[in-house]
Amino acid sequence: MTTATLKAGAVRQVNGKKTLSFALLGAVLAYFVYIFFTFDIASLGQRASLENARTLVADSYSYKTHITKSNRGAGTLTASIEGEKKGRYPEGSYPDWVEIDGTDAFVTLADNSVVELAGKVVYYDVPDYGAIKVTTRNSGIDLELPTAEAPEFISASRNRVAITVPGGRINVTKAKTEIFRYFTGWEMFFFTLDSPFYGKSPAQLAYLASSAPRIDPNTSNLALMWDGFWNNAMWRHSDVAWAIVETILMAFLGTIGAALIALPLAFLSAQNFTRNMVARFSMRRIFDFLRGVDGLIWTIILSRAFGPGPLTGALAILLTDTGTFGKMFSETLENVDDKQIEGIRSTGAKPIQRYRFGVIPQITPVFISQVLYNLESNTRSATIIGAIVGGGIGLLLTQAIITGKDWEEVSYYIVLIVLMVMMMDSLSGWLRSKLIGNKDS
Amino acid sequence: MSPSALDTRASYLAQTHRKRLYSGIMLVLLVAMLCGGFITADERNAGGFWDGLPHVLDFPAEVLGEAAQKITLLPAHLVAFFPSLVETINIAAAATLAGAIAAVFLALLSTRGLARWPRMIPVFRRMSDIMRAIPEIVIALVLIFILGGGPVPAMIAIAFHTVGALGKLFSEVTENADLKPVEGLGSVGASWMQRMWLGVIPQVSPNFISYALLRFEINIRASAILGFVGAGGIGYDLRNAISWGQGKYDEAAAIFILLFLAIVAVDQLSSLLRNKLVGDTK
Repeated sequence: MTTATLKAGAVRQVNGKKTLSFALLGAVLAYFVYIFFTFDIASLGQRASLENARTLVADSYSYKTHITKSNRGAGTLTASIEGEKKGRYPEGSYPDWVEIDGTDAFVTLADNSVVELAGKVVYYDVPDYGAIKVTTRNSGIDLELPTAEAPEFISASRNRVAITVPGGRINVTKAKTEIFRYFTGWEMFFFTLDSPFYGKSPAQLAYLASSAPRIDPNTSNLALMWDGFWNNAMWRHSDVAWAIVETILMAFLGTIGAALIALPLAFLSAQNFTRNMVARFSMRRIFDFLRGVDGLIWTIILSRAFGPGPLTGALAILLTDTGTFGKMFSETLENVDDKQIEGIRSTGAKPIQRYRFGVIPQITPVFISQVLYNLESNTRSATIIGAIVGGGIGLLLTQAIITGKDWEEVSYYIVLIVLMVMMMDSLSGWLRSKLIGNKDS
Repeated sequence: MSPSALDTRASYLAQTHRKRLYSGIMLVLLVAMLCGGFITADERNAGGFWDGLPHVLDFPAEVLGEAAQKITLLPAHLVAFFPSLVETINIAAAATLAGAIAAVFLALLSTRGLARWPRMIPVFRRMSDIMRAIPEIVIALVLIFILGGGPVPAMIAIAFHTVGALGKLFSEVTENADLKPVEGLGSVGASWMQRMWLGVIPQVSPNFISYALLRFEINIRASAILGFVGAGGIGYDLRNAISWGQGKYDEAAAIFILLFLAIVAVDQLSSLLRNKLVGDTK
């Protein structure tokens, strides 16, 4: 063979590889083009609702307080956070940016402009624009503006006037006048309005908890404080904590239960432990079946029998994982070193002792690391399965998203889920290094 | 035997006993936790375990019974739902592909010795941790709210999670890559992209592809589940078929069959390919 033919061969090989890699690149590109058209990504821009995105982002870090004046009957004025019953201020009390003067009310918005509610008339001097007067009559709503045409921030019709300014929003209908003012933060995260601790600073709270006279003579302030926080009607901290516990419980029961069931079954499907072809073959098919019937289908079947709840989720994880573990453990068992077993046998050990001292020590590291890995990944699955079976934090999350107005709760749950998964991740990493020793750390 | 040897033996035995005792305690603790957990879960479940156990097979029996009655319709259902299955697989495939490509960059950027900006390594590692920690359903539900239903939210959600998951596995591979080709390429003035593309990728691509295939298997299941919560594909059809109850179980059976076959087929195909790529004969 001459150098020339060698070189020609090498060039051919390099060119071949080059063509192959370009062909692969082309195939990937072509696939993405296909996806672009089948998923109709071009029209995504029109379908997307920016309005929804804006509320989502704004709501996740801010909240609004509604000041509502009825335009019918006695014309009562109420204040409530997010317009919810749970967040309503007690009758006759208002936040300090609402001033009451006889039958008139003066509401200060975030940019310090003031809206005056006088009977069925709303006066508002819009900064950089001019004074507006909105009058509600039985026939409709009259709007008086300083300019001939309504500016962009006002949308007006016979039955409805909406004014959106940087400091807040004003909605006038024949039934009621509403003023919204936005605030940063999560409202009433610790205490609701009916709690004596609402609106207190951390220093005041610390003082109340430690040395102040008892607010309720029957319990200590600290216990009262905890009760107010734990049973917060708006954020439902106790329910959320239970949901997290349920989710972790599903993952724990499912994973560990599956591992304990799969271990003995794996011996039955490993070639070097079970000589019986039929037993081995049928065991393997059972594992394949458990894995192939996806967690989703198991979840549906089980929730029909057991109803919604964490147990259903745990059993669904258990069934799927028994298949996964069974396959994995039997592969590990087939790769065990026979020498150790023979060594044990040479001392006259019985079969049980051979398994206990010859096999188990060899497979323990694989066993533990696999179980811990699945425990972490199943915490994530448990969130999803919870959304389907109706248990755990997944359920709370889907409920909050479906209601579509409590986005601050959605972001709270998301933060909790991420923290929960990261905690399980570090816990499983820590356990792994404790139990089998980790070379990396 | 000399006294010192006896001492050694005694202390060795004591050590073994202690170790066994600890293992025993751990095992008992684990079993206790399992039992306690089971009881708690059972109490918080709507239906109890022992009440439900006899009824586990009721639903499958109902589905099978109805499917058996309308067995002639089954082939038509299989054909009718095939496009949904393709959509589910497409969601998984596109997400895996896009996620894997992003994960390659993330892995390279967070590997010591290969990173483009070595100081940013902790940032990229944290990024991959956080992306891995967010379950797909969170992103999918939020995106469904913004983008409306359909395959795109599911695809983005799965891809996002895939970047984090594969990013970690890939960086474990790149950490063990041979740096000599990279240094050689660097000495002739190759740019970072060239060094990675020509020096690292050829070494690690079999492992990368193997991990990506494994992820594809997982993502098909995820894609089916996300469909069930409203993101299109066969999961969505399944929810309609089972929730409308009366008279739709033949369709549910067809979907079960399609999903089962697809998952088994992808599992088999990918393990075949992986064995070929990584060359172990398991």
